Amino acid sequence: MNWGNALIQGILLGGLYAIFATGLSLAFGVMRFVNLAHGDLAILAGYLTLSTATTAGVSHSVAIILVVVIMALIGFLGQRILFNRTIGPDPLSGILCSFGLGVVIQNVLLERYSATDRFLDAGKIETDSFQLNDSISVGIFPLLTFAFAVLLLGVLQIFLSRTRLGRAFRATADDPRTAQLMGINDKQIYGLAMAIAFATVGVAGYFLGARETFAPSSGPSQLLFGFEAVVIGGLGSLWGTLVGGIVLGVSQTLGNQLSVGLNLLVGHIVFLLVLTFRPKGLFGTGVRS
Amino acid sequence: MSYLLEVRDLVAGYGNFRALSNVSIVVNEGETVAVVGANGAGKTTMLRAILGQVQVHGGSIWFRGEDVATVSTSRRVQQGITLVPEGRHIFPSLTVRENLLIGGHARRSGPWTVEKVVQTFPLLEPLLDRSAAKLSGGEQQALAIGRALMSNPSLLLFDEVSLGLAPVVVKQLYATLPEVTRQGTTAVVVEQDIHQAIAMSTRVYCLLEGRVSLSALSSEINKEKLTEAYFGAKV
Repeated sequence: MNWGNALIQGILLGGLYAIFATGLSLAFGVMRFVNLAHGDLAILAGYLTLSTATTAGVSHSVAIILVVVIMALIGFLGQRILFNRTIGPDPLSGILCSFGLGVVIQNVLLERYSATDRFLDAGKIETDSFQLNDSISVGIFPLLTFAFAVLLLGVLQIFLSRTRLGRAFRATADDPRTAQLMGINDKQIYGLAMAIAFATVGVAGYFLGARETFAPSSGPSQLLFGFEAVVIGGLGSLWGTLVGGIVLGVSQTLGNQLSVGLNLLVGHIVFLLVLTFRPKGLFGTGVRS
Repeated sequence: MSYLLEVRDLVAGYGNFRALSNVSIVVNEGETVAVVGANGAGKTTMLRAILGQVQVHGGSIWFRGEDVATVSTSRRVQQGITLVPEGRHIFPSLTVRENLLIGGHARRSGPWTVEKVVQTFPLLEPLLDRSAAKLSGGEQQALAIGRALMSNPSLLLFDEVSLGLAPVVVKQLYATLPEVTRQGTTAVVVEQDIHQAIAMSTRVYCLLEGRVSLSALSSEINKEKLTEAYFGAKV
């Protein structure tokens, strides 16, 4: 692998991290809610895709459509029934609640599916690629993943900036108590925001499962990448999330190019440097007081 | 007689603290009611309780003949009550236009549109596409009032509109009140400036330590009676 190829692969990997981080960014942006179960939810979506495909006799690529709907429903009900009770001036109860949920998900998955590594089959496009030049090869699936990330963020951006409901999301994020005075049901907004966050993490679980193997204990490491992308890009900034994902992905692939095995270390170092010298991230507006 | 708003023996507060004790007020359709009182008398708590944002421990709140004491804030807004909150609380990440549009989220029909608000507050017109975070205090207050009007409320509660603003700006803002009531909105105005409050209202309530210490027509109020109600003793 040469440096140019490493750069391209890093950018494409950033797309996957951005999809992961979108739900985290949305939950934090709208509710200031830090969801520690995010990675485990992606893995849950991966297993749900396996089970749905087996039960319905369809491919994994078709099953994920139903799984995304299921995840959105779980997100909405989870927020209305569980997480809304934890939202308040002290973020600790929400963090602990989501941590507990993550532990429960891991154990249920272990009980139901065992610790054996699994993977999702995306078909022939998994291995298809084209040559940009003699030294740079672009995989179709990573390219699709990146394109989906851009599309997802673009749709969310349009939703938030141009629609009535999107305005309500932003007003609630600014000041939920005053948003109530506009006739906005903030609890309902939180439920919808979490439904979108869970749907996106469902998609992330599919792209992850088709890229690499996963097990019930894979969630926390994926959560870490998602967090790093969000923090690098800037808390609550959607496009910052994409940039954060790309920075993290490029750091990892360039680190690997430097010396095989250094990928994760270089990614973490870049994350720490951003956290130290630009704690609001590259595009962040900071935490609401 | 059926009132637009009737608050009966309201007890409300924060946690174990009772900020209001057996407060009763009535508001007729079309009138402007002023609520005065010293700092900490319970004025803001009463407005927030009417909108369901403060815990109510007893009593009832009737709006258009319906007890709304257990109804959510967003539902009360949809029914026609809204508040211009103390401190403005505009949405900083939204533009001025978006702030106005979000004010109409409840989709109540009525005369107030973005155009009508801009006509009433012309200073907002050149600012419509500007970030609301970059407005001056007076501009923010005009926006907060305009945003509340966008819900086409039957009952509009004003909480300390004049706070932190230059007298000339306050005068300009209150000059729009007759237009608001002419469009069919009843107003309850909480105001520190007692003279201003009496001048623009038809009836005055004075709160003292969480209780109603005076209820009178503005035209019948005299300085001695008001001073006693305001301070709790003859001065």
